[in-house]
Amino acid sequence: MTLWPRSSVAKKFLNAVTGIGLLLFVIVHLSENLLLLTGNPDDYNRWTHFLFSFGPLLTVIELGLAAFFLVHIGSALMVYWDKLKARPSGYSVYRSAGWTSRQTLSSQTMIYTGLVLLAFVIWHVITFRFGPHYETVIDGVPMRDLHKLVVEVFSNPVNVALYVAVMVFLGLHLRHGFWSALQSLGAYHPRWTPLWYTGGVLVALVLALGFIVIPVWVYYYL
Amino acid sequence: MSKKMTLHLRVWRQPNARTPGAFVTYTVKDVSPDMSLLELLDVLNEQLIKQGELPVEFDSDCREGICGTCGFLVNGVAHGPKRGRTACQQYVRDFKDGETVTLEPFRAKAFPVIKDLVVDRSAFDRIIAAGGYISVNTGSAPDANSIPIPKDIAEQAFDAAACIGCGACVAACPNASASLFVSAKIAHLALLPQGQPERIRRVLRMVEQMDREGFGDCSNHGECEAVCPKSISIKTIALMRREYLRALWSR
Repeated sequence: MTLWPRSSVAKKFLNAVTGIGLLLFVIVHLSENLLLLTGNPDDYNRWTHFLFSFGPLLTVIELGLAAFFLVHIGSALMVYWDKLKARPSGYSVYRSAGWTSRQTLSSQTMIYTGLVLLAFVIWHVITFRFGPHYETVIDGVPMRDLHKLVVEVFSNPVNVALYVAVMVFLGLHLRHGFWSALQSLGAYHPRWTPLWYTGGVLVALVLALGFIVIPVWVYYYL
Repeated sequence: MSKKMTLHLRVWRQPNARTPGAFVTYTVKDVSPDMSLLELLDVLNEQLIKQGELPVEFDSDCREGICGTCGFLVNGVAHGPKRGRTACQQYVRDFKDGETVTLEPFRAKAFPVIKDLVVDRSAFDRIIAAGGYISVNTGSAPDANSIPIPKDIAEQAFDAAACIGCGACVAACPNASASLFVSAKIAHLALLPQGQPERIRRVLRMVEQMDREGFGDCSNHGECEAVCPKSISIKTIALMRREYLRALWSR
C-alpha cells in the first residue's frame, strides 16, 4: 500500500482541507482590514494590538497558518508534477467540449495564480508583519502603529497597482478553488453542487473586490 | 439522397510505439453525409490500400456506441463534436463540406500509442483486476428479485454501470486522470448489495492501481463528464472520494 498522502485522492483531500482553512483565514483577514476604513486610525491599531497581545499564542497561530500554506502548496505542486508526468506529449489540437465541463481559465491556471499568491504572501508578510516599527500611544498604552505603515505603503501607486493586480489573481484562484475543494472532499449533491459552482463566482468577486477597495481607498482618502 | 460531401482528414500516423509519429492529411471525396466517421475511415483505407499504402489503424467493434472499443480525438474533443456519443456515432453530416478534421490518438503516459489511432488501454484492465469485481458463489443463478434494492439506488448504480471503459475521460482530462472511469466502477459496485463484501479494499486497491499506472490526479475540471459517451456524472468521483475516506477510517 502506498503511503496514503501520496494517493491521488488524498492529495486532493489535503489540498481541499487546507484550501478551505486558508479561505476562512482570508475572510477573517478582510473583515479585520475593513477597520482601516472606519476613519479613526485607533480602531485598526487597537485591533492589531489585541492580536499582538496573544504573545506566544500568536506565534503558534502564525506557524499553524504557515503549515496550512505549506501543505496546500505542497499538495498542489504534487498534483501539477503528476499532471506533467501523466501526459508527456500534448495534443496538437485540444479544446474543451463545453456543455457540463467546468474547465475554465480559472481551473486551468490554478498553479500559476497560486504561485503568484505565494510570492505575494511572502512580500506581504515582509512588508507588514516584519516591516518598519512605528509607535503610537492610545489611551496611555504604547503600541505598534500599523495604520501608519499601511498608509505609507499604499501612498505609493506602484504598491496599490500591484495589490489590485494580485487580488484579481486571488479572485481567479477562488473561482475554481471554492467549489473544487468541496468536490475534492466528496461533497457532491445534485441540488447543492450547481449552487456551490455558481457561488464560487460570488465568493471570488466579494473577496477580490473587498481587498481591492482597501488599498485604493487608502491611496485616495488617507 | 442528400448531397455528397468532401472531407480532409488530418490523421496521426505512427508506425509503432517506438517510432515518432506525424500528421498526414488525406482527402476523401464524394461521400454520403450519413456515413459514420468510422465508415469514412473505412473508405479512406480502401483508397489507401488501392494506392499501395498502409491503411490507418483504428479500434472499432460494435459501431453502435455500446462496446467502448473505438475512440480518438476529433478536432480536439474525445470522440468528436456530438456529445453523449462514441466516435462510431459521429457522422459526416456533423462536419462542414470541405472541412479539415484532425484525428489524434488518446494521449496519456498510461495509454501508449500502439499504432496510428490505436492506444493500449490495458491499464484499465489492470485497475479492474485490482478490485472491480464481486464474489459470487457458483451454482444456479439466484432469482433477480430476491435482493431488494431501492429504485433510486438501482438507478444510480446503473448510471455508473453504463461506463463502457472507452478511456475518453482520460483523453479529455487536462491531467490525464482516470478518476471518472475508476469512480464509475467503484460507484456501480459500492451502491449495490452484491458489492459490499469487497467494498473497503476495492476502493483502496483500485485507486492504488490507478496511481501506479501513471494517470494524473483529478483537478475537478469536469471535462471527463462532458466527453463521456454515457454522460457519467462527476458525482461518481465525489462518491469515490467518500468511499476512500471511509475506507481509510475502517481499515
